[in-house]
Amino acid sequence: MRYAMAMDTKKCVGCSDCVVACQTENNVPHGFCRDWIVENVDGTYPNLEMEIRSERCNQCEDTPCVRTCPTGASHIIEGGIVKVTHVECIGCGACIQACPYDARYFHPDGYVDKCTFCDHRVSKGQDTACVAVCPTKCLYFGDLHDENSPVSKILRERKWKVNAPEAGTKPQVYFLI
Amino acid sequence: MKKTSRRDFIKISTLGVGGLTMLNPVLNWVPGFMPKEKTPVDESKAKRFPTFCEVCFWKCAGFTYLNDEGNIQKIVGNDDDPHSNGRFCPRGTGGVGLYYDNDRLKEPLMRVVENGKSVFKPVTWEKALDFIADKMKIIAKKHGPESMALLYHASSGSYFHHMLEAYGTANAAKPSYAQCLGPREAAFVATFGAGLSSPEPTDVKNTKCLVLIGNHVGENMHNGYVQEVSDAIDRGASIITVDPRFSTIASKSKFWLPIKPATDIALLLSWIHVLIYEELYDKKYVEQYAFGFEELKLHVKNYTPEWAYTQTDIRPEDIRNSAYEMAKASPAVIIHPGRHTTWYGDDTQRLRAMAILNALLGSYGRKGGFYFPESKKVPEYPSPAYPHPKWTWKDITKPTYKGAGTGLANDLIKASLPNSESPYKIKGWFVVGTNLLTTVPDKSITLKAIQNLELMVVVDTMPMEITGYADIVLPECTYLERYDDIRSNQHRYPNIALRMPAAEPRWQSKPGWWIAREIGVRLGLQDYFKWTNVEEELDWKFKQMGTSLEEMQKIGVKVYEKHKPLYLADGEEYFFNTNTGKIELYSIDLEEKGYDAMPRYTEHKQPDDQFYRLIYGRAPMHTFGRTVNSPHLSDLMSENTLWVNPSVAKIWDLHNEQYIWLKNQDSVISSFPIKVRITERIRHDSVYMVHGFGKTNDKLSRSYGKGIDDTELITNVKIDPIMGGTGMRENFVTFVTKNPHQKEQNA
Ligand code: SF4
Ligand code: SF4
Ligand code: SF4
Repeated sequence: MRYAMAMDTKKCVGCSDCVVACQTENNVPHGFCRDWIVENVDGTYPNLEMEIRSERCNQCEDTPCVRTCPTGASHIIEGGIVKVTHVECIGCGACIQACPYDARYFHPDGYVDKCTFCDHRVSKGQDTACVAVCPTKCLYFGDLHDENSPVSKILRERKWKVNAPEAGTKPQVYFLI
Repeated sequence: MKKTSRRDFIKISTLGVGGLTMLNPVLNWVPGFMPKEKTPVDESKAKRFPTFCEVCFWKCAGFTYLNDEGNIQKIVGNDDDPHSNGRFCPRGTGGVGLYYDNDRLKEPLMRVVENGKSVFKPVTWEKALDFIADKMKIIAKKHGPESMALLYHASSGSYFHHMLEAYGTANAAKPSYAQCLGPREAAFVATFGAGLSSPEPTDVKNTKCLVLIGNHVGENMHNGYVQEVSDAIDRGASIITVDPRFSTIASKSKFWLPIKPATDIALLLSWIHVLIYEELYDKKYVEQYAFGFEELKLHVKNYTPEWAYTQTDIRPEDIRNSAYEMAKASPAVIIHPGRHTTWYGDDTQRLRAMAILNALLGSYGRKGGFYFPESKKVPEYPSPAYPHPKWTWKDITKPTYKGAGTGLANDLIKASLPNSESPYKIKGWFVVGTNLLTTVPDKSITLKAIQNLELMVVVDTMPMEITGYADIVLPECTYLERYDDIRSNQHRYPNIALRMPAAEPRWQSKPGWWIAREIGVRLGLQDYFKWTNVEEELDWKFKQMGTSLEEMQKIGVKVYEKHKPLYLADGEEYFFNTNTGKIELYSIDLEEKGYDAMPRYTEHKQPDDQFYRLIYGRAPMHTFGRTVNSPHLSDLMSENTLWVNPSVAKIWDLHNEQYIWLKNQDSVISSFPIKVRITERIRHDSVYMVHGFGKTNDKLSRSYGKGIDDTELITNVKIDPIMGGTGMRENFVTFVTKNPHQKEQNA
């Protein structure tokens, strides 16, 4: 099993619903987020282009964050989801430094926190909170090893890219273009 | 000593009696207090209560979930609900913040004079309600009950409406009409014999071409609409966006037409010209259903794309190609009516031009155009007939604005002015869930009217600016803590939804239905409130509709069978509710009322040197001032920014993140500064900001002084002669880089 997500930059409106839904689902404290919106504008008026992306931890296949973690708090679970065991985390921040995507943050309770692909939901067959709420239905989730999963299907149908492939982490969040 | 006016603004104290006694669920959200590894709610086991969202008019239905501690944790859409399809928008998802906001109104407050100064004193509900009823009795005797008016927006407004009608007044207005969608309603009534109402019956998910005139869907998160636009994109529909700003949806459009502001009618007329003179309109449809085609053809003869170019800055070929795109999609095309349409004063006519385009393209009553919506009638709980008021808002408004479809907030405010020469004088207001000072321009008129009132009651959940001017402030609980009247809006299928409380009201706040009923009973109107508890009233209504409160508490939403088709059948005879029974390209009704029968183009003022047109709009995570203080949503956007084109920034030597003040054409200066955002996404002759910020009440701890309230700068109001709406987009601002308020502070 290999979980992955695809997000359609052609449909996303940057509304941040995915961010709020994640906060209320996962008790993310105020002022912090596990997913976020990026807006890129190119050109000069009136010849403009804009791309909007909803970003989060890429649940990379090659994980510098896990490698650098001195305590083993950062680890990989079933389906390739990268997690942090909060009680084992000493808050040294090595993983934050190692992540090329700035996907982790210091939780005010003294540990590092990040997107979990809502493993508590997906393990029960539900979608992640962001996927379930997105009003434009531009987020696709599923198992890449299952060719009928929404993410496998959409990646077959559409052109896509990943963020900063040169970092070599083999990110598993895909952006449809 | 400065003479204190009777209605000085009073700041509401944040420390309410019993303020912090409740379980204090807020602690769950405060950093440091959160138990480690707090487990997320298990939806299959957690307690949940049906509700429908109150963060905007779309009223999406969903469920409020409680966590293991029994506190409200999250709100999730109801899959059976056609408004939300199981997905809330960010504002609805963040709606929990409205409940957890500790800045909320906590107890009834009464204006009293202490040591020559007006202050708010906390009083019991008994005392507050007795006071209101006594005053209302005096007003009824002195001026007649008609002189009380209701200005409202919240769902619970319906209970206040009922109470006031029983008392003897039909004077009511929502700013959502004359400050927002009124022009399009008047225009569609004139053209098709029916308004559009909410949610508007646009068949977006089936459309092949969506045309947006300044409509920034995606930044306005009208949920079902946004969802269907996304479906349409998936299906390859083309989008044409007309906007001086490169909006989110402009970035997803096949055509973005960066129009010179205030020239929209020129573009619309030239599109009509192209469709008619290149014979691209739906001939069969127009022949069968439309009236006045030849008159229209003659009328638009000279409105060529070449002419329109001189007004709009849009190249003739772009005008033609976009018209061809619409024609190609016809009848599955929508010239979307939008909602906020009070721009330049000739708004009904602009919307008429849009309605006419829809008619020429044959999209009204057609798949992928406009469908025929249906709703379920909610029966009235048995009560006596209302007394007949001697006069109503119609006597105030209709002689001047003959096309007005409902009361106008701005007109009821004017009828409250001391020098009002009209015999129809308003002496008391109920303001329910609307912050009039930021919704109705010009604010100075509202403030003057307030000074002349004999009674002003404000019912709200938050210490909005308007509360500071009330005689009595009544704290309503949020929608997550109350029942409300049944939601029964139009849609493809008739459907209803229940809102029920998921928690006890915090502090001493109370539901609107209870407040209205208590006042009614004190006025001797108990016959109109034969139920003692709203559950009784709702259950009775539900039972007439083939369900029950008990069933609705489980399912939340009920969808009914349809009785009429969504679209016209091919060649079907259809009677439009207009003078001619046809779609009126040439409006007999408008002509008879003394207005132009067909839309005409008039040039509007453009900004003077060093001034820029003030354009305002929405951000997806906010419903104006209603949400800017929410702990969840203010996190996402805590202040607005001023969009400035790089070429303008260069002239003024502005840099990103710099705070500046704005001064308008009437020398009104903003109370607060705003952060500059230099971006190519805005035209050089305009600046843009999101509406709803710059709160002036410092009791709104997260939003006070954050950004600029555009309403402050809207002092030039262009009234629509047909329906009386307040056009707000002919205001121009210039930049003030040094703090203009500094001097006052030092003096
Ligand atoms: S909820 Fe969906 S549309 Fe909104 S920002 Fe997130 S991914 Fe984009
Ligand atoms: S995005 Fe960062 S935190 Fe997530 S798996 Fe990759 S390296 Fe680790
Ligand atoms: S569109 Fe958003 S704010 Fe409006 S009712 Fe629906 S969820 Fe609430």
